[in-house]
Amino acid sequence: MNLNVWNTRKIPLSWLLLTRQPLRLFVAIAGICFAGILMFMQLGFRDGLFDTSVTVHKLFDADIVLISPRSKSSISMSGFPRRRLIQSMAHEDVIGTTPVNWTFVLWRNPKTLSTRSILALGFEPTDPLLTDKEFSSKAKSLTNPGRVLFDELSRDEFGPISKWFRQGRVVETEVAGKRVRVTGLVSLGPSFGADGNLITSRETFLKLLPNTPSGSIEIGLVRLRRDADSEKVAKSLQLSLPNDVKVLTTEEFIQFEKNYWRNSTSIGFIFTLGAAMGFVVGCVIVYQILYSDVSDHLAEYATLMAMGYQIRTLLGVVGREGILLSFMGYIPAYLSGQALYLLVRNSTKLPVVMTYQRASLVFSLILIMCMGSALVAMKRLVDADPAEIF
Amino acid sequence: MIDESSVEIDSLSHWYGKDSTRRQVLQSVSMKIEPGEVVLLTGPSGCGKTTLLTLIGTLRKIQEGHLSVFGEQLYGATRKTRQKIRKKIGMIFQGHNLLRCLTAEQNVQMGSDLLSDLSYKVRRDKAREWLRAVGLEHEMQKLPHDLSGGQKQRVAIARALAASPKLLLADEPTSALDSVTGREIVDLLKRLALEQACSVLMVTHDPRILDIADRIVKMEDGRLISSIE
Repeated sequence: MNLNVWNTRKIPLSWLLLTRQPLRLFVAIAGICFAGILMFMQLGFRDGLFDTSVTVHKLFDADIVLISPRSKSSISMSGFPRRRLIQSMAHEDVIGTTPVNWTFVLWRNPKTLSTRSILALGFEPTDPLLTDKEFSSKAKSLTNPGRVLFDELSRDEFGPISKWFRQGRVVETEVAGKRVRVTGLVSLGPSFGADGNLITSRETFLKLLPNTPSGSIEIGLVRLRRDADSEKVAKSLQLSLPNDVKVLTTEEFIQFEKNYWRNSTSIGFIFTLGAAMGFVVGCVIVYQILYSDVSDHLAEYATLMAMGYQIRTLLGVVGREGILLSFMGYIPAYLSGQALYLLVRNSTKLPVVMTYQRASLVFSLILIMCMGSALVAMKRLVDADPAEIF
Repeated sequence: MIDESSVEIDSLSHWYGKDSTRRQVLQSVSMKIEPGEVVLLTGPSGCGKTTLLTLIGTLRKIQEGHLSVFGEQLYGATRKTRQKIRKKIGMIFQGHNLLRCLTAEQNVQMGSDLLSDLSYKVRRDKAREWLRAVGLEHEMQKLPHDLSGGQKQRVAIARALAASPKLLLADEPTSALDSVTGREIVDLLKRLALEQACSVLMVTHDPRILDIADRIVKMEDGRLISSIE
């Protein structure tokens, strides 16, 4: 079969039509590549936004998360009674819980002395909080009052905290107008909602924010037995607990946050629109290239028809040109996308990464772009009248 | 097939345009071309020579009259039938109409590629053979714009013959060439056609090449006026 295909092959007309006009091919590839990069960047920013909105959410050591039904997103969390968490312990599959306070406070940059809003998490240092194994040893330093762990991935505007800390300096600054000392660094990562994070003990948290009702928490982490079905447990907890609390699986908790950014803000729409513009620009460029290619070679196509080539064969030539263009344009677009993602990661600290889904989505869009343009360009081919060339 | 004419035309008429601008270009033309015969078609320009050629080449629809090629009736023929017949007809145009992006060898192979039951290697060897036959063994890898006018026309001939046609239609193949090259080309054409037992119908204005014909047909105002053996 393989040999047969080799034997029946013909002159690779599509390939030769494209490659024997290097300038036009270059313009076509540059156009498709540009469109591809635009789509990669827009979709990357969009997904990055949704992903970074849950950087902290993903790190919690929990199977089920309790929140207040009034909470809309990480930037507007409401409190609910801590008792609900204790009540949930009654469920046979629940093996542990961690109450967490969550709010934004003002952090003073110890170098420039300007203040900036930072996300503060408060919890009992003896409770598990993050899945990170090293975290519990760091948490021990929080038992003294006025101590905080600073997120070393926070934006630089909070000051050179991690640098100073690593140099062995005592890093002290003001949070919510009160003096605190940094006793460790953690790696959480900034999100679109929070430029930086700090973790402190519940005791310190309540000192920083004396107006917090002592029985109130913003999120409750619930850990289940290894073999428990978290969805089932979440359902039964929701039924048994009063409705002043919402029970979510960790996955639902992540989706809850993403949905906020997706639906309640125009960000998702804007970036999708940006990607759509890239698609349209690409379509126009590929269409122009293929259309003028067919127009320029109309006499030659007509000659082939006169020689006895079927119109189907010639349409196939244009179609293959479209496929070739999409591959030749996609590869540089993919590589540039990777490079630009790296640049974005380094300069904004947003975890914009190439996912398999996005890579294949952009490829499909480029393929549709090229094949659609090829289809329209084929209309021109039908105009080729072999009788005209005599 | 042996005793059948390659082309049989009976009272063929053709018009261009519609309604008031309708103009008759062929008026009841009748002729026959036997296998292996070389027929030259001459006449003033605009007398319908090229129209007749395109009708025989199945590139236009027959409006009135009978025209059969290799025994196939073309009046009302389906696209598939016409396509099939077209593969057996080699065409050489006034402009060489080579594919600019292909080398001489690839251009000729576009002809032999029509013989799809042959393997790639056989088709390529056929292309090379024909280029050798037209004396271009050293220019096989050149693109058309690196070839002279005569060389291009020779590539076009090789391409037309590479599909093993049973009928060659040529429209003023020498018009763009100087007299010496033109002579070479038609001599070559005649010799190769004879070897292939291929009929030739050639439109020409060139009085210097009339001697290669088995028969010369003159046309005027859409009518055949004389036939000289």
